[in-house]
Amino acid sequence: MLRLVSSASKPTSVGILTKVVAPSCSSLAGRRSFASTSARQADITLTVDGKEVTVPQGSALIQACEAAGATIPRFCYHDRLAIAGNCRMCLVEVERSPKPVASCAMPAMPGAKVFTNTPLVHEAREGVMEFLLANHPLDCPICDQGGECDLQDQSMRYGADRTRFHEITGKRAVENKDLGPLVKTSMNRCIQCTRCVRFANEVAGVEELGTTGRGNDMQIGMYVEKTMDSELSGNVVDLCPVGALTSKPYAFHARPWELKHTDSIDVMDAVGSNIRVDSRGVQVMRIQPRPNDDVNEEWISDKTRYAHDGLRFQRLTNPLIKQGDRFVAASWEDALSAIASGLAKSGAQGDEIQAVAGHLADTEAMVALKDMINRLGSDNLTLDSVGGHAAPVHAVDVRSNYLFNSTIPGVEQADAILLVGSNPRHEAAVLNSRIRKSWLHTSLEVGLIGERVDTAYGYDYLGADAKAVADFVAGKGPFAEKFKAAKKPLIIIGSALAEHPDGAAVYNALAKFVEKNKSTLLTPEWNGFSVLQRATYEVGFVSSRKASSVKPKFIYLLNADEVDPKSIPRDAFVVYQGHHGDLGAQLADVCLPASAYTEKSTTWVNTEGRSQLGRAAVPPPGASREDWKIIRALSEVVNTPLPYDDVLSLRDRMWEISPTLVRYDTVESTSVEVALAGLKTLAAATASAKVSGTPFVKPINNFYQTDPISRASVTMAQCTRAFVKGENYGFSELSSASEAAYA
Amino acid sequence: MFATRLPKHLPRPHLACRKISSTTSKRSDALFVHRDTPYNNPKVPFEFNAENLKRAQEIISHYPPQYKKAATIPLLDLGQRQNKGWTSISVMNYVAKLLEMPPMRVYEVATFYTMFNREPIGENFVQVCTTTPCMLRGSYDILDTVCAHLGGVKPGETTKNGKFTVIEVECQGACSNAPMMVVNDDFYEDLTPATTKKVLDAFAKGEKPKPGPQSGRHTSENSAGLTALTSKPYGPGEFCTPEFR
Repeated sequence: MLRLVSSASKPTSVGILTKVVAPSCSSLAGRRSFASTSARQADITLTVDGKEVTVPQGSALIQACEAAGATIPRFCYHDRLAIAGNCRMCLVEVERSPKPVASCAMPAMPGAKVFTNTPLVHEAREGVMEFLLANHPLDCPICDQGGECDLQDQSMRYGADRTRFHEITGKRAVENKDLGPLVKTSMNRCIQCTRCVRFANEVAGVEELGTTGRGNDMQIGMYVEKTMDSELSGNVVDLCPVGALTSKPYAFHARPWELKHTDSIDVMDAVGSNIRVDSRGVQVMRIQPRPNDDVNEEWISDKTRYAHDGLRFQRLTNPLIKQGDRFVAASWEDALSAIASGLAKSGAQGDEIQAVAGHLADTEAMVALKDMINRLGSDNLTLDSVGGHAAPVHAVDVRSNYLFNSTIPGVEQADAILLVGSNPRHEAAVLNSRIRKSWLHTSLEVGLIGERVDTAYGYDYLGADAKAVADFVAGKGPFAEKFKAAKKPLIIIGSALAEHPDGAAVYNALAKFVEKNKSTLLTPEWNGFSVLQRATYEVGFVSSRKASSVKPKFIYLLNADEVDPKSIPRDAFVVYQGHHGDLGAQLADVCLPASAYTEKSTTWVNTEGRSQLGRAAVPPPGASREDWKIIRALSEVVNTPLPYDDVLSLRDRMWEISPTLVRYDTVESTSVEVALAGLKTLAAATASAKVSGTPFVKPINNFYQTDPISRASVTMAQCTRAFVKGENYGFSELSSASEAAYA
Repeated sequence: MFATRLPKHLPRPHLACRKISSTTSKRSDALFVHRDTPYNNPKVPFEFNAENLKRAQEIISHYPPQYKKAATIPLLDLGQRQNKGWTSISVMNYVAKLLEMPPMRVYEVATFYTMFNREPIGENFVQVCTTTPCMLRGSYDILDTVCAHLGGVKPGETTKNGKFTVIEVECQGACSNAPMMVVNDDFYEDLTPATTKKVLDAFAKGEKPKPGPQSGRHTSENSAGLTALTSKPYGPGEFCTPEFR
């Protein structure tokens, strides 16, 4: 059993269930930790292998050793998870200690003298390694972890060079568990480090994973037959130091030493997780997270990790021209001239030329497309979302009106969060784990307005519609009071809210609320007005009010696959540029094959307005080209050549639009004055908004299939079948209804 | 924990048989995963009866409200007693619901402690201790007697009539009265094969024999008779000066 884990999973004083069952804990409301005092942050100095290091008080000894440059082998210790101290691999010698100590579970003490490279330590590690290997099968050649296995590496380095294993009773055998279509288990190999259990319980909020049995018979699992239904489950594969948990879609596909690693950026959600694309030849074999504390810590969502197999299917590899009822492959030249003649034939003038940018469009392409459309005399720039043709309610003149201003790491500082029309678990899974982390370890209070969802943390449910927002703004209800009392309150507005009929009214109410409470919500250090958006407004890809009402005759779909076919006039000439033959391509007269995010080095802006540079890992398939190059070539054919010939001059143009677009990896914050002015404009523009009272709905119903890549992915289809449509094992009624209460 | 005793001398390896693995598989005495069965599945209803519910609330009230889960073990025990001596998946789920904790946390506890029977047991639960002190005093004879007397069951099995379940257990802390066995909640100590049969027969008839040493000892005094404190203890006032008598 894991004492540390179970202390992290607390039944709390918030949540639906508790409110009914235990109203008696009002004096403890909000306090979830045992100690109410904060940790002292003094520094202490100790000696590791004769080297003096200074670390913050409360650090584990293993951290001090790392700071001193000593390598400590470990299996169970992970710096983002609670300490378990059960693998004993990190033993070090401490002066005046009679035995070697587990450095992960031992706090660093001032003045301690630590030795990490003595005969005692070597012997201790060798002994521990022998115990671990006693029950570990010798199946490295057929194990998927081979080559990147901590146990393999460490047994080479710290283990004995011969075996003493002559047990007549044999090795432990444990049956494999079915954790769903993503995680493959081979439980014989498990060394019970419990990293997966701690991850599932602390970070992912899947409290069904645990350890059953005891001693030699202890095993990891769910006890009952159940799959691991979490949008972060793939991370346990990375965490597993042995081959017990491996990736099912990647099983037996490649060995780590065959892969080329490319650091890139994920585009499946608006977080912009940092990823490492592992490719072999022209194929993306797998995607793994890259640590970045400002964005995704060390985790990525399952869609980010596993949807890449969609890059192999349904791809557009040739330019296609529609002839009659079918597409005919064509050369680039023909396709581009077909577009030029189509544009001429459609007779589109000015704002009748419409461009629609989808979720997967990169910044370079959007800038190029906007420039080209503007040069053609049109201002009709549409985003591929509901109501995307109209100018967004929050306007785009001030960045802080549509950005996630608190920043992603800033979420952890908030002491009260109001979610409006959002389910961050599906919209930004990695961000959601930050809220959960904060909820577990601090007295964070969360309120939710919108559809009831399982968020992996408890929340106060305020209502489902604009009326709930009005009540909250008026200060009615206990949560509004808690929010008022909070020092760093945070409002997270879901991306779907702007698309909702009541969006304008809600934005208006919240903008006024922020203005009124600017002493807490809007200070130089803190901006608690955050929009969790999916679209990028950074390049000004929005239409003017006049242009949005014009009926388009020529439509350019850039990665736009969510468009409503009814919104496209029958006689309009439609061009689709993108990488998948999804919905958008079906509507097109001409399809231009572009490259997917793993095939181009482009800028991606996340919900915070943080621009990050993706890198091409594999070449685009067939005749497909980089997006901005296609638009540049087309501009030549339609006689409005764009003034940039290479990506550098295009990025100069991006700098002209907004310098933040080329200031990579940082977030430019908006000053209080400008943010206030932005909110005033927002409030003024939406002052006349009416409330219809329809409830907010969550924007994502199927987390696993949200874009052309994930819709083409076999793995994501399997996930949909397993988790979204999921069979009822007879346990779901237990967990689903009340999970939020004690998650 | 050893389901069966190792034979005194191992049989010679059978040379004709060549398996991939030359080692025997080692099995644990209980399964640490749940399998749905007609008698044990989450759809089987379980709830505390009124009396137990009152008791449960009393137990829960011993702990601070945010640490309700501290009551897991007592409540599981209560559930096991109500559920005919075994802890079904429904008992665990019910306890989890009552304590507002994820069911897995209860499963962890229930699988960790061997005293929670996760399979049905007979009316009488016979636990024979075979740890060293009992073993030295002949506990294997007692175990063999129990098994044979109950119609040839093996440790871990229930008799056909459902009256008895026999298991081997580790030290129960009654070493001074070894060998011993536990039937339901009571210790039967200083056993011989004859007294063991007598105890079992009584249970088979539905009676409850007197718990404690079956040898005529009261507690754990010297079985060969007292060697000290043999004289009559003196009364109050004896050896005192007359004025205090």
